[in-house]
Amino acid sequence: MARKLLLNNVHIEGIHTYDVYRKNGGYSAVEKALKTMSPDDIVEEVKKSGLRGRGGAGFPTGMKWSFLAKPEGVPRHLLCNADESEPGTFKDRYLMEKIPHLLIEGMILSSFALGANQSYIYIRGEYMFVLRIVEKAIAEAYANGWLGKNILGTGYDLDLSITPGAGAYICGEETALIESLEGKRGNPRMKPPFPAIQGLWQRPTVVNNVETIAAVVPIVNDGGDEYAKIGIGRSTGTKLISASGNVNKPGVYEIELGLSVEEFIYSDQYLGGMKNGKRLKACIPGGSSVPILPHYLVCKTANGEDRLMSYESLADGGFQSGSMLGSGGFIVYDEEQCIVRNTWNFARFYHHESCGQCSPCREGTGWMEKVLHRLEEGHGTLADIDLLWDIQRKIEGNTICPLGDAAAWPVAAAIRHFREEFEWHVNEPKESQIRNYGLVAEKSFQTENA
Amino acid sequence: MSDQIQKFTVTIDGKTVQVDPGTTILNAARMIGGNVVPPAMCYYSSLKGSGGKCRTCLVEVSKGSEKDPRPMPKLVASCSTTVMDGMEVKNKSSEKVLDARKGVVEFLLINHPLDCPVCDQAGECHLQDLAFEHGVGQSRYEFERRTFDKVDLGEYIKLHMTRCILCYRCVYTANQLTDNREHGVLKRGDAAEISTFIEKNLHNDFIGNVIDVCPVGALTDKTFRFRSRVWYTKPMDASCSCDKCSGNAVLWMIGDEIARVTARKDQYGEVKEFICNDCRFNKKEKSQWNIEGPRKISRHSVISANHYEREIPKHTVLLNKA
Repeated sequence: MARKLLLNNVHIEGIHTYDVYRKNGGYSAVEKALKTMSPDDIVEEVKKSGLRGRGGAGFPTGMKWSFLAKPEGVPRHLLCNADESEPGTFKDRYLMEKIPHLLIEGMILSSFALGANQSYIYIRGEYMFVLRIVEKAIAEAYANGWLGKNILGTGYDLDLSITPGAGAYICGEETALIESLEGKRGNPRMKPPFPAIQGLWQRPTVVNNVETIAAVVPIVNDGGDEYAKIGIGRSTGTKLISASGNVNKPGVYEIELGLSVEEFIYSDQYLGGMKNGKRLKACIPGGSSVPILPHYLVCKTANGEDRLMSYESLADGGFQSGSMLGSGGFIVYDEEQCIVRNTWNFARFYHHESCGQCSPCREGTGWMEKVLHRLEEGHGTLADIDLLWDIQRKIEGNTICPLGDAAAWPVAAAIRHFREEFEWHVNEPKESQIRNYGLVAEKSFQTENA
Repeated sequence: MSDQIQKFTVTIDGKTVQVDPGTTILNAARMIGGNVVPPAMCYYSSLKGSGGKCRTCLVEVSKGSEKDPRPMPKLVASCSTTVMDGMEVKNKSSEKVLDARKGVVEFLLINHPLDCPVCDQAGECHLQDLAFEHGVGQSRYEFERRTFDKVDLGEYIKLHMTRCILCYRCVYTANQLTDNREHGVLKRGDAAEISTFIEKNLHNDFIGNVIDVCPVGALTDKTFRFRSRVWYTKPMDASCSCDKCSGNAVLWMIGDEIARVTARKDQYGEVKEFICNDCRFNKKEKSQWNIEGPRKISRHSVISANHYEREIPKHTVLLNKA
């Protein structure tokens, strides 16, 4: 049985309440850290653990923490990015809903390590019911002396508050999150200066994902070296994967990094194979922003090696034949799914969520959506496919924040690996309509052409 | 010795310049001048925080610095990237930059109406210049363009949102020059629009400057709308004594009549001394101004082509006769 670090106690009845959480060893890490460790010790343990950001980019957390500027007399802040809005990703919600105290414990440890006395959790506006759960947990933590003034008599003060967003995907980008938290329009800032130098209210700020912060708890409890033993190579520890799509057992799984993709999809312990015995067509391993992998590249890399659930193995082959671990939104498609329709759906999402600040993303995402919609409806031409390729090429890398890249990559990968299907939509519009929309569409299609 | 600030050496398109640390690539290029200056649609030197949005000023950094000579992986916005010592930048000499810029122009134009023949900005429009220099002749966009109704922002300003390229310059102007934050952006993505606080009219003393900073014809002067093409008017430097602003302005005259008043723009179309609404909209009598002489405008070819102060070259006349 694989080791679980975050979701080990999730099955216990009432673990979301303080009493049950405390009884099962909760807050022992805070006791250990505040009484026996210095802030630098914790940073050192996190560095040793090799923990990498779980929000998508996979940047080493210890290194991020050590970049934090520490000018005299200027308060520092820790922000928790709980604005989880990537299509296909729902791990943070599960974590906060089931064991909110784990996040709070992680927040106390991380804030202590960074010397922050005021920390914030920025939660997605659509997660209002989760906000209530976390709010309640924060109140319990205050009541039991884990938050507030002079925690455990150590003289360390920490205030923790939770703020909901207003329903914008872009606010998951760290600088847009900071703008939004400051009460402004959630537009990403220009970098540099990075938040580690000038973040919230121009103060040094660290923004971390929910899962990253929660992972600090087992690191402090067991030590960084112990954490680094799990996993493979530079991908250490465990990762929450939110699996969805045409599989038998979709849901949130905690895996040890380095598990093979084949085992993850087909073993009964995890996804339990494809639903209804259909064949695998494609897979998006890390949320909608990362490139899609065709069936022949899911379980094996282009070199014929086994593909593993790790930052390196999933990225093997670059964007030509690889993808990214991203935020762990694992989406599986069976043979009946339409890649053109799926790509259009993603393009529609990014069009809707573009903040409209810089021109390539603002205009380009809408354009891609319209061209993809035309292709999907069977009115496209072969030139449209090349046009799409050109549009995505001109968005990628030319925008302020990564949303432009995130909008361009799925389109690029879909065309790269599934060009035949796009061409089929152009050449056989009727058949593609029948497949995607069934007999009703066939009827209306005939009357249209009569 | 220590008070002597060490200068950074930057090379842009093969031309080297010494600049102070903290200078942006765009400003370093402007020190060199001429052909190496990247175009900028949203950066405005006198507005804090502007820039980085339009992506027309993207350049390639082929050498990061003397210490770390690695090139930067992506194109960078020259208006918001500061120089490093020994940095080498490629602007027009890079194929990648020209290609990306072509893309940006195309993106800017897909929702911009082709109404230059009736637009007051034509002739002094930055987007026109940009499209002429960097764009392609034909658009590949075949869908309906986004459109908005025209809105009056107060007594003097008309907002034609359809033409807007969302450079945010007017937002920064309104925030930084006037009291009360009442001019901003609503909605997001390509539905985003410039708007005022719940249809509240703008009547700040300096709000007229949003017309000057607008790179396109989205914000126009209602006292001048549809009166004349700009290249038929004569720009004259003039000043007046004003207790609110410097009083330095440009009068755009039709015969002896003042058609409109704007602030003085430099060669990059940027205003350094903003003028107040009184000077801009109300002083339309010649007696209220002290006219200093004709204004030389170098940026816009269309205005200077028919410049009244220039002698008509003889060969043109000969050609016409032949």
